[in-house]
Amino acid sequence: MELRSILATDCGSTTTKAILIELVDGEYRLQVRGEAPTTVEAPFEDVTRGVLNAVGEVEELSGRKLLDGENILTPQNGDEGVDIYVSTSSAGGGLQMMVGGVVKSMTGESAQRAALGAGAIVMDVLASNDGRLYHEKVQRIRQLRPDMILLSGGIDGGTVTHVVELAEILEAANPKPRLGINYKLPVIYAGNNKAAEPVHERLSEITDLITVANIRPTLEEENLQPSRDKIHDLFMEHVMAQAPGYKKLMSWTDAPIMPTPGAVGEIIKKIAKAENIEVVGVDIGGATTDIFSVFQGQFNRTVSANLGMSYSVCNVFAESGFNNVARWVPFDMDEANLTNRIGNKMIRPTTVPQTLEALIIEHAIAREALRLSFEQHKEFAVHLKGVQTERTISDAFEQTSSGETLVNLMKLDMLVGSGGVLSHAPRRHQAARMLIDAFLPEGITQLAVDSIFMMPQLGILSTIHPKAAVEVFEKDCLIRLGTCIAPVGKTKPDQAVLQYEISLPNEKIDGELLFGELKLISAPFEPIRIKLTPGKGLDIGAGKNEALETKVYGGVVGIILDGRGRQPFNLSKEVKKRMQNLYRWSVATNEYPQLEAV
Amino acid sequence: MSRSYTPGLKILARTKISKKRQLPMKGVVHLKIGDKVKPDKVVASTEIPGNVRMVNVANKLNIEPENVPECMLVKLDENISKNQIIAESKGIFGMFKSQLKSPIDGTLTSVSEVTGQAILSEPPIPVEVDAYTSGTITNVEIDEGVTIETEGVLAQGILGIGGENRGILEVVTTSPNDELTAEMIQESHKDKILVGGSFLTMSTFKHAKEMGVSGIISGGFDYLDLSKILGYSLGVAITGSERIGPSLIITEGFGRIGMADRTYKLLSSNAGKFAAINGSTQIRAGVIRPEIIIPNDKVSGDSSDYEEADLAISDGSLIRVIRAPYFGKVGKVRSLPPELTKMESETMVRVAEIEFKDGSIEIIPRANLEMILT
Repeated sequence: MELRSILATDCGSTTTKAILIELVDGEYRLQVRGEAPTTVEAPFEDVTRGVLNAVGEVEELSGRKLLDGENILTPQNGDEGVDIYVSTSSAGGGLQMMVGGVVKSMTGESAQRAALGAGAIVMDVLASNDGRLYHEKVQRIRQLRPDMILLSGGIDGGTVTHVVELAEILEAANPKPRLGINYKLPVIYAGNNKAAEPVHERLSEITDLITVANIRPTLEEENLQPSRDKIHDLFMEHVMAQAPGYKKLMSWTDAPIMPTPGAVGEIIKKIAKAENIEVVGVDIGGATTDIFSVFQGQFNRTVSANLGMSYSVCNVFAESGFNNVARWVPFDMDEANLTNRIGNKMIRPTTVPQTLEALIIEHAIAREALRLSFEQHKEFAVHLKGVQTERTISDAFEQTSSGETLVNLMKLDMLVGSGGVLSHAPRRHQAARMLIDAFLPEGITQLAVDSIFMMPQLGILSTIHPKAAVEVFEKDCLIRLGTCIAPVGKTKPDQAVLQYEISLPNEKIDGELLFGELKLISAPFEPIRIKLTPGKGLDIGAGKNEALETKVYGGVVGIILDGRGRQPFNLSKEVKKRMQNLYRWSVATNEYPQLEAV
Repeated sequence: MSRSYTPGLKILARTKISKKRQLPMKGVVHLKIGDKVKPDKVVASTEIPGNVRMVNVANKLNIEPENVPECMLVKLDENISKNQIIAESKGIFGMFKSQLKSPIDGTLTSVSEVTGQAILSEPPIPVEVDAYTSGTITNVEIDEGVTIETEGVLAQGILGIGGENRGILEVVTTSPNDELTAEMIQESHKDKILVGGSFLTMSTFKHAKEMGVSGIISGGFDYLDLSKILGYSLGVAITGSERIGPSLIITEGFGRIGMADRTYKLLSSNAGKFAAINGSTQIRAGVIRPEIIIPNDKVSGDSSDYEEADLAISDGSLIRVIRAPYFGKVGKVRSLPPELTKMESETMVRVAEIEFKDGSIEIIPRANLEMILT
């Protein structure tokens, strides 16, 4: 039977968001959205209160009866109820895990990838070679109290001793779960099959031990899915079951509840597959920044746990430093005053920037939070390490090797941003500029933002009804900002970096882009023919000095030609010149029209 | 009439205060429901496992891991003392034996024939939880802890550092807008909780620490100074486990900012009384703010707390602005226009029309207001 209506909620740590999707003229479309405060904490301590309130708002806005007292009406009957109800959750701090592996950069990283891909926050990676003494590891496990531990190590038939050693550390720590002191901690063992028995001997009594297939059966192969599936099962059975009201919520949903970031990862994977493109998605929140990427068909997710715009805004500042934030600000700032202002945002996270100056400072910090998170992502999204490869002459030219990052900005087709500072920027031009300045996309890259942050709900929907999820994602979720075009390579001041001919629906535009220039060309979201000729020694995507004719898409912002340089991208060290440049670029891209000239 | 809910910190002169006192892991609760306690009374205790030491016996004795168990001279769970010989190799024809001495006092917890390791545990560490405030036990969670109820003053700060501390409250500035300076802090302030006004510097804090002050309550403090006290930049406002000497509670925010009149007056009127303070702060979902508790042992029963409706601002409400450009200013709500309004930043927000004490009128986002409860 074709689904006629879908209700989906996301129980975030502060807000529960509900969306109603209906089949209209053969197409799935978002109808309305409602939200209400999440009710996991006292005095309610029951997540379903917030869900009912959010659904109640949807009911009011849509005029459609969805609730029968305290129950969601399923399936649809006439104009009442919905065919299915699904939910994601990150309430109560999400899923917090520790992972372990023998070699930090090999099985340790594979375990980390499995946990992150399942939507967890990885609190620490234990490894035989992590440089810590045994008792330090034991202390760390006791201190962190994760929700779950994923233990891997060794290829099948490989080292037993080191894996058992890790199990012995866990045994000595006798870890207790974060929620509920009456439960045993779930531990997933996904390491060398030869070590499964001794690991069992050591951990089966004191933990809730489950063994799944090895995460790294051979050096050349990573097998993450069995561990990810088990993490999802245990998330439902243990972590969610301990959180207030979740047993009731689980009985309402038509599919298992997913951790929010796991669901966002699902939708990013689906889009990359459906359109056969390389994608980077980012969700910048108040406390954390999540980055998702699909390159060469490989999905990766990283969480920068303490890079966010409110709760952890001071950490962004601490990690990037005053100068890196100040380089994006087109006016003078006093360090003590600025740090006090940022500190006050941290302790009063719900306040909003009233003045243009405050907004510009927030956007400067967002650029740094995004940049730092992306740096971490690039280091993590890599080819498997430790793989022995036979290299031919052609491989040598490709320069790929084990452990090299998968992230290739020239190959990147689409950059999708989401989260308050990007989705709710007063001007979409500001969101486009933040994405470009932080990620520095190369060649031709489409830019988009999530209109109202509904990627989690669409993610879980994609696991049971991909068509509905993709249709709503394309039509109602994504706001197409346009395309960034940036030549790559070393150049000199005043040199032309790009010649362009753009065939817009009603006119043809051609011109020259000089080094250090930013230009915005208004263009709608439709295929636009474009001819690009890079300056001497530069690459626009077809190779050094090669011209390129292709189709690009505009959007609510348009086509941004970025001649400020890539590899390297440098801002002037001279304060006045840097401020003048920031002002010039702001004017060129319609970023802050009220900004006064320096 | 339009209403809007704002965040607010509790500043209550007489309220019912309920404190959960829990062990970090299961142990023994020493009291029962109805028992009356003083702040220093130990309500529950337990022992947390001692530090472990892993010793690679196979390597030390130059033997195979599978031979380790038979070379151990002590049994599992047996007490051992530092330098006691705990393992010995068989040697060759009973000669050339290698021996291994225990590096710690403790017990032998496990021996592995796979890795050749022995795990030694130091003696368990006793942990006691005291009552923190005086009051009556109203609930006992078996083996885990108790709930204590009392009546008295409850004031929350915006951010604190340092955990629990206690002492007699003393006000050392003459107004909420004065800076607390080093000269104001004397030797007689040892073990006391000092109430300052708008600000104190790093050097004043250091002086207070030298004088043995137990806690400091101030309107503002500099973020950069806070980083110096902690030894790192506070990236996320999760505090409480620092060992910094006096606990520091900031009631308003970073910078030089006068303590709210209501807070200052309430604390001043309780000068000379015992106060329990806790700087622990967690600004995440499930927010924990630092607190000042002044228990009043004479329970009257006519305590007050806020209802949700009290936090709703409406026409005439007294508010304080909690973000630049009017940060810290106190005013009255003139109206709450229902429509979204464009700010200078072009952000579209719900706003309030505020009249400040000097008669000026400004439009301010409602999200940037804090209710002052009177």
